[in-house]
Amino acid sequence: MGLFARRRMAAVAVVAATALLTTAGCGGDEPAADGPVTLTVDVFGQFGYEQLYQEYMASHPGVKIVERGTGGNLDEYSPKLTQWLAAGKGAGDVVAIEEGLLVEYKANPQNFVNLLDHGAADLKGNFLEWKWNGGMTADGKQLIGLGTDVGGMAICYRTDLFAKAGLPTERDAVSKLWPTWQDYVKVGEKFKAANTGASFLDAATNTFNTILLQSAGNAQGYSYYDTSDNLVVDSNPAVRQAYDTTMDIIDSGLSGKYGAWSEEWVSAFKQAKFATIACPAWMTGVIEGNAGPAAKGKWDIAQVPGNGGNWGGSYLAVPKQGKHQAEAIELAKFLTSAKGQIGAFKAKGPLPSSPQALDDPAIASSTNPYFSAAPVGKIFAAGAKSLKPVYMGPKNQAVRTEVENAVRTVELGQRNPAQGWTDAVTNAKKAAAK
Amino acid sequence: MAVQLDARPPVLPGPRTGRHAGRVRLSRFDTRYSPYLYIAPFFLLFGVFGVYPLAYTFWVSLHDWDLLGSDHPFVGARNYTQLMADPDFWHAVVNTLGIFVISTVPQLLAALWLANLLNRQLRARTTWRMAVLIPNVTSTAAVAIVFAVLFGREFGMVNWLLDVVGIGGIDWKSNRVASWVAISAMVDWRWTGYNALIFLAAMQAIPRDLYESASIDGANRSRQFWSITVPLLKPTIIFAVIISTIGGLQLFTEPRLFHSGTNAIRGGPLRESQTVTMYMFENAFAPHYNFGYGSAVAWLLFALIAVVAAINVLILRRLGGGAGKEDVL
Repeated sequence: MGLFARRRMAAVAVVAATALLTTAGCGGDEPAADGPVTLTVDVFGQFGYEQLYQEYMASHPGVKIVERGTGGNLDEYSPKLTQWLAAGKGAGDVVAIEEGLLVEYKANPQNFVNLLDHGAADLKGNFLEWKWNGGMTADGKQLIGLGTDVGGMAICYRTDLFAKAGLPTERDAVSKLWPTWQDYVKVGEKFKAANTGASFLDAATNTFNTILLQSAGNAQGYSYYDTSDNLVVDSNPAVRQAYDTTMDIIDSGLSGKYGAWSEEWVSAFKQAKFATIACPAWMTGVIEGNAGPAAKGKWDIAQVPGNGGNWGGSYLAVPKQGKHQAEAIELAKFLTSAKGQIGAFKAKGPLPSSPQALDDPAIASSTNPYFSAAPVGKIFAAGAKSLKPVYMGPKNQAVRTEVENAVRTVELGQRNPAQGWTDAVTNAKKAAAK
Repeated sequence: MAVQLDARPPVLPGPRTGRHAGRVRLSRFDTRYSPYLYIAPFFLLFGVFGVYPLAYTFWVSLHDWDLLGSDHPFVGARNYTQLMADPDFWHAVVNTLGIFVISTVPQLLAALWLANLLNRQLRARTTWRMAVLIPNVTSTAAVAIVFAVLFGREFGMVNWLLDVVGIGGIDWKSNRVASWVAISAMVDWRWTGYNALIFLAAMQAIPRDLYESASIDGANRSRQFWSITVPLLKPTIIFAVIISTIGGLQLFTEPRLFHSGTNAIRGGPLRESQTVTMYMFENAFAPHYNFGYGSAVAWLLFALIAVVAAINVLILRRLGGGAGKEDVL
């Protein structure tokens, strides 16, 4: 017993010491004076920065870069980041912020360094205009974040499942199958009739979001909130139209009902349980990560039905709580430069928000070996400069959650489309008021 | 010796009396205050990690407190009045109580039964006793993730087994009662063995001669169990019930990790298995960041636990008391 107890004490001591070391290791608490500076970069999903860090560390011998959160879920990352900011401690020196969350942070810009005070104003020409403006507070006095990527749309599909269903597999032919979402539903019905054992698409929520951002972008340029921040979820025709189109998809039984980003969704990728997925540029990295090396060459990319649209895209910001702000700002500028964006695109596929990068031959000619050597540069970059952004209001994230949940309840058969719409509107109003 | 001692006082009167008085004062201080010093560490820690957060949470709950905002206007009891009229909150309360009942009742009964088995003469008794504790030392997160996979709609083993015996699969994550059962299974898997060991320890403190005289009187095993073991375990059962109440009503990790993907904190599309702690988290953090409202949820949860624990104790006291009078005395 005595030995056992002592061993346990030793184990506790080891755990405690490890915890202390880990705490000391992150956050970059060491003095900035001479020794090497450790910069922590907080990300989610796949930003594709590993190669760029190596390059940056080679040219800046005094800087060491540590990335946290790679491959993580945005839903887990955003509350963590908010807690760090609220606590005044814990956030990385450079943090990635998804555009939906940035809206909330813009209301409280005091947590971030104003990049305009650090010579960022000269960089304006390096970004698509709307992307640059997105990082700016409403009064135009503070720049919170520098743009990383934009979410140009496409549809990713499995060629093996398409072949099994007797559909064309070549990407141009596939693109021609669905000029509109109604055509997409028809192709889906054909696919379903072929009984391949797989569903046509992964989850209705992903498709709903794609259709909404596309129709909103093509119409007024806003979705749940109008540009004066009034909640218009029930009066904006773009929302209703996207909802109705999604109901057609659900009615035809095309969805596999794998809750987006859940464990089942990931398993469904691995087991080839669905044939198509709405595919913003950053999704290509996610598919590769989820479907794994075994599915290499079985995926391809076609045009999205309808026209254009932007979903997602992020910014890099420097929290005020950081100890090495000057170094962090330099790093953020490097990672969001045209060169940095090209590097990230080649590594994991996020589409550049810099016109120079989009024009770069390295992008235009790039192909993605995982997706049957699809010319991703051509597919995504072509429409990127004419992307029509969608304005996001103050509680966009909470409202979007409610509407997507309503779509999900209809998809699972818990509600009929009319009830789902009522739920979406009432719950969205309630969430906006919280 | 005595003479010498007697001779001294006149020589050094001043310092002697002073030192004496000092020592008396010190000893009086010692007897009066030392006990407080001895128990102080607990109260200091309790103050820092118990009372202070409790009071601060209450303070926050009286404000409109945006987690990131710089000013937090005082709103009095508004968060509480809103919460009392919030159907999602009461929905979460029902979920929590439902999961609590489905998990705790069978868990404590099973623990009692297990403890009774382990209290008999068995081969390799220590091994068996250690074995029931093994589920308890696994990490909650690991348990929750494994169970979430087992209870998957399409790729889960439970549905596969149901399919084998000809029952259609159940959507464990978006069916209210099914999700309660699945989460209860996780809780029970982890805590039954732990409670069994606590009951076992109490059983071993019951004097053997009670059983001996009972068997002489012709009482069989089950009669002995219900008339001797259970009544004498009453204090331990009350302890286990209170601990399970606190744990059960604060349930978070199991239901949170049971769901994955977008907005898992909701506990299913229609909040099928969202517990009160999850509702608190949803409001205080993503996606609402309304710290004041979240704190109000925390305080109501505190009140709820106090009420449920009190009811438990009352029920048990009545049951146990009756049994004690009839059978033991």
